[in-house]
Amino acid sequence: MNRPPLLWKFYIAAFYIFLFAPLVAVAVFAFNASPFPSPPWRGFTLEWFTGTAAVFGKPGVLQDPIWLTTIGNSLKVALPVALLAVVIGTVNAWLLERAQFPGKTFLAMMMLWPLVIPGVVLGISILAFFSRVANTLEDWLQMDLDPLRPGLSLVVLGQLSFILSISTLIIAARLRKFDRSLEEAAFDLGASRARVLRTITLPFLRPALVGAGLVALLMSFENFNTTLMLVGSDAPLPITMYGQMREGATPAINAVSLLVMLAVGGIASLFALTSKSQS
Amino acid sequence: MTTAQRLTLFLMMAPAILWLGVLIVLPHVEILILSFSERVAPRVYQFGFGNYLEFFTEPLYWRTFARTAIMSILVTAITLVLAFPIALYIARVAQGRVKAMLLLLCLLPFWVSELVRTLGWMMLLRETGIISYMLRMTGLADQPVELLYNDGAVILGLVYGGLLFMIVPLANALESLDPSVVEAGYDLGGSRWTVLRRIVVPHAMPGIVAGSIIVFMLTVGNFATPVLLGGKNGLWFTEQIYAQFITRFNWPQGAAFGMLLLLLSSAIVWAGLRLTRQGLGTTLRQA
Amino acid sequence: MASSNDLDIVRVTKQFGAHFAVNDVTFSVAPGEFFSILGPSGCGKTTLMRMIAGFENPTSGDIRIRDKSMIGVPANRRPVNMVFQSLALFPMMSVGENVAYGMTCRGVGRAEADERATRMLERVGLKGFGDRQVTALSGGQRQRVAIARCLVLEPTLVLLDEPLGALDLKLREHMKIELKQLQGTFNTTFAYITHDQSEALVMSDRIAVMNQGRFEQVGNPRELYHNPGTPFVASFVGETNRWQGAVSAGSNGAVTVRLPSGVSLHGQGQAVAGDALCFARPEAIALASDAAGLSALSNRFEGRVSAVLFDGANSSLLIDTPGFGQPVRAVLPQAGALAGINVGAPIHLGWSSDAMKVFAA
Repeated sequence: MNRPPLLWKFYIAAFYIFLFAPLVAVAVFAFNASPFPSPPWRGFTLEWFTGTAAVFGKPGVLQDPIWLTTIGNSLKVALPVALLAVVIGTVNAWLLERAQFPGKTFLAMMMLWPLVIPGVVLGISILAFFSRVANTLEDWLQMDLDPLRPGLSLVVLGQLSFILSISTLIIAARLRKFDRSLEEAAFDLGASRARVLRTITLPFLRPALVGAGLVALLMSFENFNTTLMLVGSDAPLPITMYGQMREGATPAINAVSLLVMLAVGGIASLFALTSKSQS
Repeated sequence: MTTAQRLTLFLMMAPAILWLGVLIVLPHVEILILSFSERVAPRVYQFGFGNYLEFFTEPLYWRTFARTAIMSILVTAITLVLAFPIALYIARVAQGRVKAMLLLLCLLPFWVSELVRTLGWMMLLRETGIISYMLRMTGLADQPVELLYNDGAVILGLVYGGLLFMIVPLANALESLDPSVVEAGYDLGGSRWTVLRRIVVPHAMPGIVAGSIIVFMLTVGNFATPVLLGGKNGLWFTEQIYAQFITRFNWPQGAAFGMLLLLLSSAIVWAGLRLTRQGLGTTLRQA
Repeated sequence: MASSNDLDIVRVTKQFGAHFAVNDVTFSVAPGEFFSILGPSGCGKTTLMRMIAGFENPTSGDIRIRDKSMIGVPANRRPVNMVFQSLALFPMMSVGENVAYGMTCRGVGRAEADERATRMLERVGLKGFGDRQVTALSGGQRQRVAIARCLVLEPTLVLLDEPLGALDLKLREHMKIELKQLQGTFNTTFAYITHDQSEALVMSDRIAVMNQGRFEQVGNPRELYHNPGTPFVASFVGETNRWQGAVSAGSNGAVTVRLPSGVSLHGQGQAVAGDALCFARPEAIALASDAAGLSALSNRFEGRVSAVLFDGANSSLLIDTPGFGQPVRAVLPQAGALAGINVGAPIHLGWSSDAMKVFAA
């Protein structure tokens, strides 16, 4: 495979243009001084970020309670998901790499399974099951169990169902590389079990824990399919965006998207940095 | 094992058991049962195959199902063809920094939400969109052109969404190909095409299978892209599930559709793995 | 029964299922002693070491340190510290933090721990290395940090699990001497396990040779080398020639062995009948260019040099000798007429009956 043909190089260039065209379009038109997110270009403005409704009749993202609430909702989901994904993922990783028990291979297979279930199916199955549980319990206890009804708490559970698989994989991969004699050495030098965990094992796992947390944060923030089925009246960001895109939106949606891109870019580069220091 | 060790093991297993039991296994049992219950009177259900019969007798349902399956296969094939030269270039031609850059540039768009990417395509393709505007400006069209809301737009959006998940496993598989094997292929008189067909492609097979399985799964289960880019003509099976569950509140029917989608997706994954005798774990790890 | 030993191992057995990893082993290590356990991999020496450290529990028997039984005492409460084969330096800590780790675990204040760590690093020749990352050290420096980390706790006993295994040959030779000197200056009791007989011979006051879970022989390096108690010790410790035959006559320790070829050899041993194994060190094989030079020896043969294995002071010759299945190995003389001998040259060889040990096979 000596010199690559020109046609091939041309194709590569075209491919990358294709890859970035939609993102560039979204980003550029966030600054268009027009009430519609479409050409022609009517001049540069920051109205769609910081403006009140004075100029275009619709407020910019940072002034609009709808967008601010929806971003808040996304955070209310993403933070617990990330935290639980890391904590439970660590426990699961320990099970897979350290514990010996019958049926371990089966459990390991089961942990991968959620990744091959379509997100919509995960969503409806959790919706249906929790509704039945809620109905049964409410009849029995004679009280309302709102956390089991569609809403942010159910979205957290729905997203966890598959994000846990990913965090478990990330943390288990790191734990597999751990030299157990480090733990024995610390124990031998007089450390208690708890101290070994705190001073040796967890510091070693830290890059993976941070990485798994960031990936969980991203996946939660962007999840659409599962969330759509479980969402109640408080919509996280992708759901609000979906609604606005169907109805036709102002360039505020471009502004939100650009903010999301920047935030995601920031988180992704953080993740890239931690995974680099990991190797 | 001492009692303390047993207790520790049990405590450590509890989260996994709860997760897999309460969020995966029981919910699937629930929709399986739900899919076999028929409504005979308001609030009265009994066991029956009605929801599945409904699927086969109502042409809209099974046609949407077949359409989803066929288009997903088409999307997977197009993604593979488009991604292969890129993956080959990244894995075998590009060196050092260029290589890292190309791979990173591939990854970037996919860190961004699916909805943002879809928004981008909507802005490019719609009647008042950028491409239509540019066609008029350059005089190639004399009136606005609607590129959105057709099968082409849906396929475009889905292929775009699947590319990364094809490129990464392909590049990983091609990476491990020993350059001397390729050189030996040429040395023994192979043309560029035969070397590609007889040596490079077979070597990349694990990556091809892994990438195809993932792209197919993601495509079949996609919701936003076909609905937003296809509009009324999107007709994706996930939309039917959504309609039954959320709009019509006919959960048993929706559950039956969900089971069918799960069956389709699992069948393709299983067939793909069997065809190439690979494990699920190794395949997922490659992704 | 009070004991003045640092370590007493009393009839310790460790069973994994039906397999005896350690089988009824008893020995003692005196204060300040450098004690080595030498054996091939899989002989049970690592299991024995891990039982002393507290990572495994013996199936039966007792482990006593300064006369206190360690059965049921967890590893973090034993006055024993271990240098691991991988060294197990904590990569997330600096050199100083590694050395101070054990003290902070024991509740020593931060400042005092740091100060003692600094002083210890000085004593092992790593002055000013406290703030470095362990990944930035050379192999020999890492070795010293691992040992300093143990010594700073002033343990009764330091266990070393083949710590030189990962080093390259040259550094290993150097570290052997350094380790021995370190042990001398600190006067701490060392228990060292290795599969490398040269490490054990160079450093140890006493060596236990272990095979298949049992101790074959315990003694100082010279005893083991010159008076091996079993065929295993004879062949495992040091280079040796080994021949198999049948006892044809034996009394009062003098044995005659007839090889399958009919050649008779005269040696020392307790075997009186049946199959026998004979061992003779290469350096015990005397060489001469004519038969007259060897007339005082009870075993005399004639052969032809089949290979010259030149390795400086360790050079040897392989001599094809009629009657012996394999070439006889002899040390190449460093001076004299034979120093320049070449392949194919005829040569006379011989050894005294004292130089050949005979064991019942």
